[in-house]
Amino acid sequence: MSEKINFIIDGKECQSEEGKYLVDAAKENGIYIPTLCNYEGLKPKGSCRICTVKINGRFATACTSPVHDGMNIENETEELKDMRKQIIELLFVSGNHFCPACEKSGNCELQALAYRFKMMAPRFPFAFPNKEIDASHPKIIKDQNRCILCKRCIRGIKDEEGKSYFAYQNRGKDSLVVVDRKLAAEMTAEKAQQAMDICPVGSIIVREKGWDTPIGDRKYDKAPIGSDIENN
Amino acid sequence: MKTSISNIIDRYGNDPVRLMDILLDIQDEIGYIPEEINQKIADQVGISKAELVETVSFYHFFSDKPLGKYTVYLNNSVTAEMMGREKVKQTFEEEAGVTFGNVSSDGLIGLFDTSCIGMCDQEPAAIINGVVFNNLTPFRVKEIVNSMREGEAITEMFKQNYGDGNNSSELVKAVVSNNLRRKGPVIWDPYTPGEGLQKAVSMDPSQLIEEIKNSNLRGRGGAGFPTGLKWEFCTKAKETERYIFCNADEGEPGTFKDRVILTELPKMVFEGMAIAAYAVGAKQGVLYVRYEYKYLKKHLENALEELRKERLLGKNIAGKKGFDFDIRIQYGAGAYVCGEESALIESAEGKRGEPRDRPPFPVDKGYLGKPTIVNNVETLAKVTKILKNGSEWFNTLGTKESTGTKLMSISGDCRYPGVYEIEWGHSIYDILEMVGAEDVQAVQVGGPSGTLIGPNQLPRSLGYEDLGTGGALIIFSESRDLLKEVVMNYTEFFIEESCGSCSTCRNMPVLLRDKLQKILDGHGVVQDIDDLLEWSKTLKISRCGLGHTAANPIVTSILNFRHLYEKRVLRDREFETGFNLADSVRESCEAAGRTANI
Repeated sequence: MSEKINFIIDGKECQSEEGKYLVDAAKENGIYIPTLCNYEGLKPKGSCRICTVKINGRFATACTSPVHDGMNIENETEELKDMRKQIIELLFVSGNHFCPACEKSGNCELQALAYRFKMMAPRFPFAFPNKEIDASHPKIIKDQNRCILCKRCIRGIKDEEGKSYFAYQNRGKDSLVVVDRKLAAEMTAEKAQQAMDICPVGSIIVREKGWDTPIGDRKYDKAPIGSDIENN
Repeated sequence: MKTSISNIIDRYGNDPVRLMDILLDIQDEIGYIPEEINQKIADQVGISKAELVETVSFYHFFSDKPLGKYTVYLNNSVTAEMMGREKVKQTFEEEAGVTFGNVSSDGLIGLFDTSCIGMCDQEPAAIINGVVFNNLTPFRVKEIVNSMREGEAITEMFKQNYGDGNNSSELVKAVVSNNLRRKGPVIWDPYTPGEGLQKAVSMDPSQLIEEIKNSNLRGRGGAGFPTGLKWEFCTKAKETERYIFCNADEGEPGTFKDRVILTELPKMVFEGMAIAAYAVGAKQGVLYVRYEYKYLKKHLENALEELRKERLLGKNIAGKKGFDFDIRIQYGAGAYVCGEESALIESAEGKRGEPRDRPPFPVDKGYLGKPTIVNNVETLAKVTKILKNGSEWFNTLGTKESTGTKLMSISGDCRYPGVYEIEWGHSIYDILEMVGAEDVQAVQVGGPSGTLIGPNQLPRSLGYEDLGTGGALIIFSESRDLLKEVVMNYTEFFIEESCGSCSTCRNMPVLLRDKLQKILDGHGVVQDIDDLLEWSKTLKISRCGLGHTAANPIVTSILNFRHLYEKRVLRDREFETGFNLADSVRESCEAAGRTANI
């Protein structure tokens, strides 16, 4: 695992360790590859596809691809940038994302990426789907309007026995992330906060909690997404 | 009831890996999987209820609601539509007094659509309580619904003879026809179980893999990966506990050749699995069969039992000391995406059939995280014959890059739909002559995930050099409306069958479908055609083949039949929303119970 290797991203010589996931290896070299479904400490899932790069000419997700010696990676090409922007647009039009009314505005990764990709009006028509807000659990609210189905909560929020509080239901366009009623009934305040924090958007909200950080002081209000890596 | 449920779960050792079997048995027992027992099942296998629902809600044939005493799943593939599905559907609705997607108020009859059931050569067809009814007509539907009202057993509703070959055997008793139109030199070369396996065990495993490599056999499921190479990769994996999977989840609309192999020559397939097991040192195999072929279950189990008696499965197989291998059958529950090898493995582990990220590949980390070979039914059948007759013999058939033969599933507008075994290298034109197709407007090669080609491409030949294919060929005559009847149907199919994991495949096909509909409705402009092509590109960054090919019906039809699109778009403007004020006012007036005044 600790073997040093060399690879290239957009012409820049990079070094890392053999087998490290490309997203992390790029980060070490000051290169930001946008991610949404990826979360530090969780097994990568490659479901949002936004970290797609070209490795030796072929599409691959940087969050799931181990880096090897001699790899040639394209990241910030026009083609890839536009595809990533399309994904952000797809996620916007397929849900109901109204930033001004959202508790997560300013801390939301989807919103931050939309700014990064300079999304104005999406090229795709809005679907304005009918989605539910599940407010039946004591500690959290699950707002399906805002869910981007990244599965971070499913992978990250588990009880002591390893059972998931969240799960994927149905398939295709009808897919939903749902909450386990029995487990959620016993959810601690701490777990609820973890769930809200792990959610990249405002789909999991801790109940009975106001807006404790004013707009303007939130994470991406201060520094655009990726800037911590790129300006390092 | 409660003891019965826990007995079922007990039967599979309370093991969440066997969740598919548990759910299939419960659904058989009760007719559906009631919401109120989910917690109990989840607790007994040690997962959360939400996790259980992940699996239950993924598969088309699992239901959390009663499906009726008689449950009709009427296939909605293109060929069914071409053969008169609409009238059959209408008659079902009228006679049963309920619309599709619902159960009649007395709970007697449930009517549901379903994706291709592998009967494209005998459509319209339906699965009713697990039994296949083919060649349906409105007249037959009336008879069937009457029989239902009289409470007849499902198998008493047949009015025709059982099908040919093993379809009429005691263990199958199906009205399905093989429609085997051409017996080729590989699959239908005379077969005695054990000949291939005996040859295999006389070699050492590395020699055996060399033999398969020398045959240049490539995967017959459609992807065409060299079989010998796949096996060799598996032997290089660190872990020595290894598995052999046979992929019998043929879900590509228009494909039905594996159905015929499993009906007539299941032992040839199982023998191929045993040969693969010998090559890589596997002890356990799994035949993953699509739910639609559940009527073959007893027949397949019987074939396994006979092979055990013949000492071709079990311990010290084929007289080789220490060569132990056995096979279990895993049924799916309705999901096209499970034909993708890693999704198939996930499903066999009791989970949603979502493809895995690669690397690692199944040959490194597959079933239960162990090295696993997944081969198609036809591929494994051919392995058996290659061992029997030698790789040199196999190389004399077909072309240089595409050795051997291919089973073709041919349907649509032709006189003789069915299964044909042909050598690689024939042109599409040859095939059309062979099956009696005239007045051809277009041919879908490889099913919806393949290519729609026009008359100017008929000289193209079948083979990895040109048109590689899993073997589905659907023929459309001049009378068909390609965009409305074919491209739209296929696009809907991909929407229905997406697992929903990738943001691209979950959302983009819906947008493409809506745009195609806009064009069909006469609101399209030239820009819409270009948008379809442009937007489709983003599907190429999806995880699996389903996502990569979901736009193929639209993309290949634009490339080869652009004029059909151009004919339908408005020429006098650059932008058109598709919004019709008068229609919308009328609709809202209707909803409000007022008369529109426009």
